[in-house]
Amino acid sequence: MFQKLTKLTTALALSTAVAVPAFAELSGTLRITSDMSNPAPRAVMEKMASDFDAMHPNLSVELTVVDREAWKTQIRNALSANAPDVVNWYAATRMTPYVDAGLFMDISDLWSEPEMAALASTKGAMTLDGKQWGVPYTYYQWGVYYRKDIFEELGLSEPKTWAEELSNCQAIIDSGRKCYTIGSKYLWTAGGWFDYINSRTNGYDFHIQLANGEVAWTDDRVRATFANWRQLIDMGGFIEDHQSYSWQEAMPFMIDGKAAAYLMGNFSVAAFRDGGLTDDQLDFYQFPVINPDVDYAEDAPTDTFHIASGAQNVEAAKAFLLYVTSPEVQTAINAGDALGQLPVNANASVSNDKFIQQGFDMLSNNAGGGIMQFFDRDFPAEMASVGMEGLQEFMVFPDNLDDILERLEDARQRIYK
Amino acid sequence: MSPALTEPSKFKSWYRKNDIAITPWLFLLPAVLFFATYVIVPIGQSFWISFHMWDGLGEKTFVGMDNYERLLGLGDQKMDRKFETSFWNNIKWLLLYLLAIPMGLFIALFLNQTVTGIRLYKSLFFFPFVISQVVVGLVFSWFYLPNDGLFDVMMSWFGIDIRGGVLGNPKTATYGIIAAGLWPQTAYCMILYLTGLNSVDPEQVEAGRLDGAKGFRMLWYVILPQLRPATFIAFVVTIIGALRSFDFIAVMTNGGPFGSTRVLSFFMFEESLSEFGFRMGYGAAIAVVLFFIMLGFIAYFLYQMWRDEKEGR
Repeated sequence: MFQKLTKLTTALALSTAVAVPAFAELSGTLRITSDMSNPAPRAVMEKMASDFDAMHPNLSVELTVVDREAWKTQIRNALSANAPDVVNWYAATRMTPYVDAGLFMDISDLWSEPEMAALASTKGAMTLDGKQWGVPYTYYQWGVYYRKDIFEELGLSEPKTWAEELSNCQAIIDSGRKCYTIGSKYLWTAGGWFDYINSRTNGYDFHIQLANGEVAWTDDRVRATFANWRQLIDMGGFIEDHQSYSWQEAMPFMIDGKAAAYLMGNFSVAAFRDGGLTDDQLDFYQFPVINPDVDYAEDAPTDTFHIASGAQNVEAAKAFLLYVTSPEVQTAINAGDALGQLPVNANASVSNDKFIQQGFDMLSNNAGGGIMQFFDRDFPAEMASVGMEGLQEFMVFPDNLDDILERLEDARQRIYK
Repeated sequence: MSPALTEPSKFKSWYRKNDIAITPWLFLLPAVLFFATYVIVPIGQSFWISFHMWDGLGEKTFVGMDNYERLLGLGDQKMDRKFETSFWNNIKWLLLYLLAIPMGLFIALFLNQTVTGIRLYKSLFFFPFVISQVVVGLVFSWFYLPNDGLFDVMMSWFGIDIRGGVLGNPKTATYGIIAAGLWPQTAYCMILYLTGLNSVDPEQVEAGRLDGAKGFRMLWYVILPQLRPATFIAFVVTIIGALRSFDFIAVMTNGGPFGSTRVLSFFMFEESLSEFGFRMGYGAAIAVVLFFIMLGFIAYFLYQMWRDEKEGR
C-alpha cells in the first residue's frame, strides 16, 4: 500500500510541476464534494485535493467525501443550498435534471482551451443543449468476463458472432454449467444486457433513439432484440433465481465454476481477483456481433466533475478541472494501483493491467458504432427505472413480454411529453 | 393618571376574569405551535404539491387533478399498476400483521409463570424487537436465500421448491416479508400482554375458578376482558407497524421482484425521493391517498378512545 501511494505521489508531483504556471495566483477556498467513497477512489481523491492544495499556496482545498450511493440523492440538496464549488456526477442524460434546473455551470469556455482537445472523444457525453457541463475523469469498459480455464476445458474460443455465442453456450450447458451469471436484484445488471443486445441487433443510433423516446417500445425492432435475448434465456443460459441476488452475490457462481461468464463492467475484475481467480483463469472478450450490418457500440460509463452554478471560487474550480484532466494526473489516477480504469485524456498512458489494456484497445479501435453511457444514464430516470424493472421481469418470465412492452410504451408516451 | 399606567391593571383584571378559559390555552400554545408547524402545515403542503408537476428543483407546474387521475385511474385513464399492487399489498400487510396479536398473547400466557430464570426467557423472547428492523430484514433475507438459505433447505425436505426463492418469486415475496415483520411485532405484543397480565385481578381469577371456569373458558371470559386495554394498544401499534413497513421492504427486496412487494409508503418514497425518483407531485399524491387510508384508522381509534373514556366515567 505504501509503495502504491509513493508511486502515485511521484506521478502527481510530476504533474504539479507542469500545471503550476497557468494558475499560480489562485486564492481563497476551493470546496469539493466528492462521491469517491470506496477505499481506492477515496485515496485518489484525497491525494488530488491535497496536491492541488500544495500547488497553490494561497488556496486552501476543502474536501468532503460523501457515500457514493447516498450522493445520488443528496446531490440535489447539496447543489441547491450553499453549493460547493466542484462536485462529482455522471455523464450524459443523467446530468439533465441539474442542467435544466441551472445547478451545473456551463463550462463551454473551458472546453475551448487548447488542453481540452485531448478529451475530444468524451465531449459528446458532456454536451447537452450544445454546451458542455463538466469534465470526465475516468471511464471503464463493459464486456464479457469469462473463465478461460472452462473455455479451454471445453475446447471453446471467444465467440465473435451470435451463432458462435449460442453454440458455445450450448456446450457450456451440456457440461452442466450455466453460460452466464447475473444478479438482477438491483435491476441495472439487466440494463447492461439490454444495452448490448439492442445495440448489436439494431445499432447504436437506434438504441439512442429509443433512449430519447423517439421509437415505440412495441416496435418490431425492439421485439427482435428481445427475441435474440430470449434465445439465451430459453436454452437456460442464465443462472436461476438471479432476481434474488445482487451483482456481488452472483459472483460466486463464476468463481466456483458453476457459470462460465459474466457481462459486467471492469470494476468487477478486482472482485474476481479477491475471490481467488488468477489472470490465467479470468479473461475478457467483446460482446459478439449479432447483426453484421451494425457496428460495435460499447457501454463505457464515464464519471465526471462539475462546477456548481453557485460556486464561490469559479477560477479555482476551473483550474482544478484542468488539473484533473491533465495527462499526468490522468495517468496517475487511472493507474492499476489507483482507480484501475481508463484515462480520459488521449495523451495519458494506460495502465498495463491486462483488462485495462484490452478495454482500451476495444474502445479505441473497435467501437465504431458509438459509446453508450449505460441504460440508467442514457435513458431518463423514470424511463430507466420502469424499463429495468421490465427487463428483470422479462428475464424471469419471458412470456410476459407483450405486457411488459405495453407498460414500457405507456410510460414512454407519458415521460417524453 | 396617565393612560399608560392604567393599561396593565386593565389587562390584569381582564385576565383575572377570564383566566380559567385562557390558562389552558397558554399551556397548550407551544405544543399547538409545534404540531402546526411540523404536522398540520406539511400535510397542507403535501396536498398543494400533489396538484403540481415538480422535480423538487425547478418551478412547479400546476396540473390540477392530473396526478390523481393517473394514480387512481379516474376518467379515461387506467389505474397506475404500481398503485394497484401497492394498495393490495398494504391490505395484505394490515390483515396478516394482526396475527402478531394472538401470537403475542399466546407467548405472553406461556411465559407468565414463575420458573427459575423466567426473566431471562422473557428478555430472549423480547430480543427481536430490540434489534433494528434493518438487521431483522437482512437476517431473514439470508434465511430465504434460494438453494443455500435455511428456509429453502427446510422446504426441500418436504419436496417444495419455490421458484426464485421466497423473495424472488412475486407470488411469495410479500408474505415472506410479512413473516419477517411478524417476528419483532409478536415480541412487541407479547411485552404489552405481559404487563397487562401483571394487573389481572387474582380475586377475579379465584372467583372464576370457584365457579368452575378453567382452560379456554377462563381465558375468554375472565382474563381477556381484563386485558382489553392491552389488546387495544397492541392493535394500534400493529396497525401502525403494518403501515410503516417500509424498512423491511427496502432491505429485503427493494420493492422487487418486478415491483411486486411495493406498498404505498415505499411507492411514495420511490417516486419522490429515490435515485430515479424526484417526481414530487406524484409522490405527494400517493402520500395524500395514504393519509386518507390512515385517517380511517385514526378516526376509528379516536372514536374507541372517546367511547372508553365515556364508559369509564
